[in-house]
Amino acid sequence: MIKFLLMVNKQGQTRLSKYYEQVELGKRAALEADVVRGCLARRKEECSFVEYKDYKLVYRQYAALFIVVGITENENELSIYELVHNFVEVLDKYFSRVIMFNLDKVHIILDEMILNGHIVETNKNRILAPLLALDKMAES
Amino acid sequence: MSDVVEKTLTALPGLFDSQTGAAKITNRLRQLIKSITELTSKHEEENLIKQELSAMKEQVSSPNTTMKQMREIMVRAMYCEMLGYDASFTYIHAIKLAQQGGLLEKRVGYLAVSLFLNEGHELLLLLVNTVLKDLQSTNLIEACMALTVVAQVFPKDMIPAVLPLVEDKLSHPKEIIRRKAVLALYKFYLIAPNQVQHIHAKFRKALCDKDPGVMTSSLHIYLQLIRESPDSYKDMTGSFVTILKQVVGGKLPLDFNYHSVPAPWLQIQLLRILSLLGKEDQSTSELMYEVLDESLRRAEMNHNITYAILYECVKAVYTIHPKAELLEKAARCIGNFVLSPKINLKYLGLKALTYVVQHDAKLALQHQMTIIECLDHSDFTIKRETLELLFRITNAQNVTVIVEKMLDFLRICNDEHTIIHLVGKVAELAEKFAPDNSWFIQTMNDVFSIGGDLLQQDVPNNFLRLLAEGSESKEEDDQLRLYAVDSYLTVLKGHTSHLPQCFLQVMSWVLGEYAHLQESVDQREVIRLLTQLLDQRSVSSETRVWILSALTKISEGQTDLILDLAESLSSSQDTVLRQQAQELRHLSQDSQLHEWALPRGAPWDGIEVDSSLSFLDGFVSEALAAGAAPYKPPHQRQEELCEDRALNLEPYGFSLPVSLSSCSITDRQSPTLLSVSSGLSGNSTELSQKAGSSTLILEGVKRVWGKDGYLPQKEATAPPVDEPSAAVQPPSQQEAAERIEPRPDPSTQNQDKQQLASSLFVGLGVGSSMSLLGKSEAPPLRFRKKPRPHESSSSSSGTSERSSDSSSRSSRNTTDSFLYSSLLEEEPAASISAFDHTPKSTTANGLAQNKDTKEDRRANTSQILGGDMVIVRPSTIQDKHPPSVSSDLTALLPADLKDLPHSDVISLTSDPSLSLSSCRLFRDEALLLVIFISNCTETVIKDVAVQLTCEELKTVSLRGSVGSVHSLSLGHCPQQTSSVRPLVVTTEEYGKLWLSLSHDVKQNLKLLTDAGDPLRTTLNALKDALQLHVVDIIGSEGIVACRLLSGAPCLLHCRVNGTALAMWLRSPHPALPDCILYHCQRALAHH
Repeated sequence: MIKFLLMVNKQGQTRLSKYYEQVELGKRAALEADVVRGCLARRKEECSFVEYKDYKLVYRQYAALFIVVGITENENELSIYELVHNFVEVLDKYFSRVIMFNLDKVHIILDEMILNGHIVETNKNRILAPLLALDKMAES
Repeated sequence: MSDVVEKTLTALPGLFDSQTGAAKITNRLRQLIKSITELTSKHEEENLIKQELSAMKEQVSSPNTTMKQMREIMVRAMYCEMLGYDASFTYIHAIKLAQQGGLLEKRVGYLAVSLFLNEGHELLLLLVNTVLKDLQSTNLIEACMALTVVAQVFPKDMIPAVLPLVEDKLSHPKEIIRRKAVLALYKFYLIAPNQVQHIHAKFRKALCDKDPGVMTSSLHIYLQLIRESPDSYKDMTGSFVTILKQVVGGKLPLDFNYHSVPAPWLQIQLLRILSLLGKEDQSTSELMYEVLDESLRRAEMNHNITYAILYECVKAVYTIHPKAELLEKAARCIGNFVLSPKINLKYLGLKALTYVVQHDAKLALQHQMTIIECLDHSDFTIKRETLELLFRITNAQNVTVIVEKMLDFLRICNDEHTIIHLVGKVAELAEKFAPDNSWFIQTMNDVFSIGGDLLQQDVPNNFLRLLAEGSESKEEDDQLRLYAVDSYLTVLKGHTSHLPQCFLQVMSWVLGEYAHLQESVDQREVIRLLTQLLDQRSVSSETRVWILSALTKISEGQTDLILDLAESLSSSQDTVLRQQAQELRHLSQDSQLHEWALPRGAPWDGIEVDSSLSFLDGFVSEALAAGAAPYKPPHQRQEELCEDRALNLEPYGFSLPVSLSSCSITDRQSPTLLSVSSGLSGNSTELSQKAGSSTLILEGVKRVWGKDGYLPQKEATAPPVDEPSAAVQPPSQQEAAERIEPRPDPSTQNQDKQQLASSLFVGLGVGSSMSLLGKSEAPPLRFRKKPRPHESSSSSSGTSERSSDSSSRSSRNTTDSFLYSSLLEEEPAASISAFDHTPKSTTANGLAQNKDTKEDRRANTSQILGGDMVIVRPSTIQDKHPPSVSSDLTALLPADLKDLPHSDVISLTSDPSLSLSSCRLFRDEALLLVIFISNCTETVIKDVAVQLTCEELKTVSLRGSVGSVHSLSLGHCPQQTSSVRPLVVTTEEYGKLWLSLSHDVKQNLKLLTDAGDPLRTTLNALKDALQLHVVDIIGSEGIVACRLLSGAPCLLHCRVNGTALAMWLRSPHPALPDCILYHCQRALAHH
């Protein structure tokens, strides 16, 4: 099961965070800092999975941006690693056309893909369908 | 491609927007993110966000803010919360946005709700109607959003309201709606399984849906169901196998592919389900051999995602009933993983191997060289995973090597979580496979010194138990113990300051029990080593106790050393240590007692533990006979408490706002409107109509408010209480009540108990609270007003007494209702008695009582009370209270006043011969001021006249004549708060009363955040300071009631607002709220 998903830049600033298990607002910053430190400390040739407390972290770096997913022990790390890439491909597909960034829209995309910590949709067209419909309505 | 992401996410400020309107909107967010990115310190960030938040606060409350702007504010609020700053003031607006916004705004509103509010947040109740509306919408997008939010956060209790609608969606023509409906039902199943039991047939239909997406969604439910009871779903194996076959065979539409692999995550999900079904079930397993074989064969492409599927496949092959051919293929697969140069694959290979060796340890042999390589790998994660693998294959032969490797790793590891985890495993292995005693003890020494105080408590416990209980052969046991003793003595002779407490405790215990086994070592040496530890500053007090216990055991015959030690500890700050030192002293001097209390080498099973505590039976029955309440186990107490809570929540949290909105919608200041129903603002009538017309939808929702207000459901809601015992109020019952909800003030205890006992009935409180509530025209009280003699004399008996030469004051026997006002408005007169003790007693005790307590304290001639008590003033009162030499003046209170709650005794003033103190007594209908006059000299004071003057009660001057004339003046003002009494009402009555009052006073107060629940702490502090009654606390809101003596009530409604406590007050008395507010502020400031 997926516990949280973070997008963090190299400076450790959180760009997006989504928790699928309740974490107190006050504790999030510390957790995120820990997580980022853990991932930043690792070298390129090391594997993309780190143990952190009860979780396993799966991280993937895109230029200056890290996407980190916290999962439970019984989850398949490699499938999550690829899920991250799928997510990025979806973002790429959407934002390359509209060229606009919105925290809310990334969240909307994420909501289509992951729900309550489960992967619920991976088909790119279907992930984007609701958002594209919204855009269409907004235009007209 | 990664460039694009980077561009979209980090370089946002540079991005532009094609729509100018939208550009404006995103501008502020863009600016915010840009400035945050440029910041260099956390401090700057804090300042910036604070500014941002206050700007947003202003914006959201402005009536001119459009929905579009609101959407933009929401995104900024998300951003602030994401960075860890509280933006809770926007929550209600998020709900509003979801309710009123256009499509995109609505989506953002829902999104914000799902990010801001977690399940169980009370504001979610306000979302229910919006969700209901959107679920019924013909607009697909709206229905979609509603289903999404329902699957994310939805109040559990409200599921029945939406369930029929969601169920309907299962047969919706659009696949996306069906898919989301299935996911929502899955969520319902997770949080309230009973609610969806009847729709299992529909789940099957979803599994067979012609759309692969809907089918995929239903797998989440099935994975969960099968995990819980695999046997009930064996018949579906065929279906899952068929589905997997189709997926693997590429029958899905192409857009389900990921890098040319058909629906990989779906395959993984199916493989998980199959392995659960085939586990330990040959016939079911046989059904899936073919498809598993196919999966292994198909997944040949060299891409991560195919390896992810392979991993799942290998796991499945090893989980279900084995088939040699498949096992062989799977093993080969693992080989490919482990040997892969790609580090991620290596990791997954190790993980697979770790799983597989449980079933077939030989597999590890094939890869031993790789494993050893991995053990020395530079990557921490790989190493860690390898150790996990080694742990699984440990046996008696390889234990020493593996444990050595694990300890090596532990010595360089600095991650707490890993240490705790791994050290526990080392201990487990050592216990299981230890080749000999010395190795075992040495390894455990390592475990204790590395694991230290992070260790789970059961590691040392198990170890000590092992030592103590021993095995069959006493000889072997003693050998092990002897080895432990030797080893520990060596350790203790070295540096001990760095040793963890837990290790020291283990050593002390072992030395205490078994040091005597080692005959070659002088016991004095052992005592010396242990005593040395006691002197170390780093040793915790808990460890000291362990050490002292050990010393007590081996103290026999070494009285000289022990007495020194006991002496030095007898002045210790720590009471436990002091007590132990005492015991040590006694035991070391009395060898017979020592032998009896601590028999050496006594068998462990010889110690009998009377777990029924039957030796206390006598005590218990005595207490019961004396009226104590029978013991209630904690869970029962908890249940009773829960019942209360559940009851209180409904009428106030849910129904009050609904009725409020219909009757006092104009009142903008009302807290309930602001806090609970502002999301419904404006269209409350429409809402209530809706609620009425759509009763079907609200099926399952309790109706607690009708046209005439609250619909009482007392039978259903009032928990049965032990009425008689509540009436008798035996002390232990009171105690139990206190334990549940500690209330220090004795006066409120009764009320609390009643409240606890039955939360909806009007308590046995003084007067009927109901009639009190009706009395909204309570006499207005004006503080600091001139006397109104005629009024007071009309209500007083009019008798006045003259005291001698000093100016006399009339003392009126005022009736209750005017006690307070007369105290405030008239010149008080006092009747005074001065008691003279025998010269011996240093404090003469006098009692002067203000006129409120007139009753029988009428003029009396001089009397001799007791042997040595003289009432000096002929015209003063007689005190029936027997004289006491106690320094506690309150003990001198007359019997009928003793049980009243009182303030502390405050010393007012004193001179060398007399001292004055006063104390306030809180009677329900009056405030009594008791003045104590004490003789400070040893001589008898013959003639004391007391004159009390009062100027608007700001100052009271008092003059006593003792031979010569003294003037002691004191400035003491009886505080207004002294006349506040708790008002015991139920939540229901509170609601009624609140509505009957209209005038609001609002103020933000400080919130005490130092301990536990800030709201509760703050309210309790106010309760203690002001004698308020806390009616109910629901979530972040609390309601409190009080009244002015028997007069005007005042209702307080509090809500936690960030770090402040917002408080609304209502009272029929115009000045009362301000006054209470003032004192609340003071009380909190002084806290």
